[in-house]
Amino acid sequence: MRAELFRPTRLSFTMPHRRTILVAAAGGLSLPALGQFRVEISGVGATQIPVAVARFRDEAAAPQPVGAIVRADLERSGLIRPIDAPGDLDERSQPSMSEWRGRGADALVAGSVMRLADGRFDVRYKLWDVVKGADLGGQAYAVTAPDLRLAAHRIADAVYEKLTGEKGVFSTRICYVSKAANRYTLRVTDADGEGGQVALTSPEPIISPAWSPSGREIAYVSFESGKAVVWVQEVASGARKPIANFRGSNSAPAWSPDGQQLAVTLSREGGSQLHLMGRDGNNLRRLTQSSAIDTEPAFAPDGKSIFFVSDRGGSPQIYRMPLAGGAAERVTFNGSYNISPAVSPDGRLLAYINRSGNAFRVSTLDLATGAVQTLTDTSDDESPSFAPNGRLLIYATRAQGRDVLMTTTLDGKIKTRLLSSGADVREPVWGPFGR
Amino acid sequence: MTILSRKTLGMFLAATVLLAGCGSSVKLDDKAAPVESRTGSAVGPGGGAGAAGSSQSQVTSVDLTKSASDATLAKTIYFDFDSFVVKDEFKPIIEQYAKMLTADRKKRLVIEGHTDERGGREYNLALGQKRAESVQRALVLLGVTESQVEPVSFGEERPAAQGSDESAWAKNRRAELIQK
Repeated sequence: MRAELFRPTRLSFTMPHRRTILVAAAGGLSLPALGQFRVEISGVGATQIPVAVARFRDEAAAPQPVGAIVRADLERSGLIRPIDAPGDLDERSQPSMSEWRGRGADALVAGSVMRLADGRFDVRYKLWDVVKGADLGGQAYAVTAPDLRLAAHRIADAVYEKLTGEKGVFSTRICYVSKAANRYTLRVTDADGEGGQVALTSPEPIISPAWSPSGREIAYVSFESGKAVVWVQEVASGARKPIANFRGSNSAPAWSPDGQQLAVTLSREGGSQLHLMGRDGNNLRRLTQSSAIDTEPAFAPDGKSIFFVSDRGGSPQIYRMPLAGGAAERVTFNGSYNISPAVSPDGRLLAYINRSGNAFRVSTLDLATGAVQTLTDTSDDESPSFAPNGRLLIYATRAQGRDVLMTTTLDGKIKTRLLSSGADVREPVWGPFGR
Repeated sequence: MTILSRKTLGMFLAATVLLAGCGSSVKLDDKAAPVESRTGSAVGPGGGAGAAGSSQSQVTSVDLTKSASDATLAKTIYFDFDSFVVKDEFKPIIEQYAKMLTADRKKRLVIEGHTDERGGREYNLALGQKRAESVQRALVLLGVTESQVEPVSFGEERPAAQGSDESAWAKNRRAELIQK
């Protein structure tokens, strides 16, 4: 694939054919309000693959603009630069490779959406390698209307994987907390921030959501009983139960990689100390024995050690301790306030929030080399969380007076903003593969 | 004087006060007089004086004025930035609550710790917990039983004042004492 230098682009859906798609799609919908989605990208990657994504045949007549979703997904990855693809293409077309080379495309995606007699939709796509002039194949999906977005995301994943060799995360989901007036909601959306569904509504605060490794459950802290209690809720059914409701405060749930245990912060014996418990709340075992604040546990992906925040040294820093027993060792050394650890899926990188002056910023630490990088220039970042392919981070921050969710590539160069709703959004966590 | 006769004397004095207030004068002496009980059977001489604490005249006093003053107890203790030390100016509040809680061991208190909005949510939850536990310790030092008091935290999640300046932050760095 050719490498090209690009001017920085700021993209939104104001280009004519995209606007048309949005209007047409909105016309036929009975979906909840926020139909408009916007991918705002700032920064530029050094190497981006130019890919033409055509409007899918008949997508305007379907409840979701499948081609537009595929294009926006690929754009958000930071590795792909979408190119306009005018004309009437679908998966059966025989496009002229020289024509598309002339348009600057390295690859071309086209497809169709067809309503079936039983009310479902038949979604098909094909991918061409324009440089080699090769047909890379495609796929057909038969889905119900509620799963149309998922079909588009699966196509984006397949295209992304064929072009980059890496697993895409477009079919994954995120979870975050939204606050409006005196109501808190726990929301689950696609990784692009769309298709949102409410998992929990409460008049009292909800904090610290955590996906189980299977993606079937979310643990969180709810203040519904007048204090912090850890609950586990099944996403599909809404069935929920409290698993840590001891004297004092119960918070900061973190799932073990095998999904069988949770680490939590309890104050039942005074102070805030880490404990381990089975996924049903049984087999309670205390992990830390300090007179400091020990909180925000995060398992290493091999399940053998746990990262956490402690102010045992005087101010909050991130430590790692082996679960088999042994001393905790400090891992963050720059600055006097480092919190909210998140470990990359390959266990090599730690993302966290560093406070410098009055600014709280997403930073990464290479656990092998000790190299530290600050990823943002905003000043109110919180809750960094890795995508399951380890290539992106999601976090919450404040921009232009609003609380927003952002994704960033690990070099900090490509950032996208999710969600253009007016609500106060915070604490995003990225769900696992496997939907 | 034995305790028994002191008690009897006390009851007669109380009875005298009550009866005096009624406007009729009854001469009381410390000789037991026949008293008609509610069931109708007469109690013979010596019956009253002989039954310590089980006189049919007994009235146990309930003082609501004490509970009324509970409502006027200040409910909030404020803290300096990054601190969980109970400052001297709040010691009188601690003393009032300690007095109330030691007087009635059935009374329960929840202490809610809060922080201002600066910093991470979970770390602030733990800081709020420290503030609540600091107030609990101050109460325990004055004789309150630990199990009468539950310290909890809301971290930064329940601000008393909105705003991102020091005057709002100062109002949010607090512990609230809530009688249960």
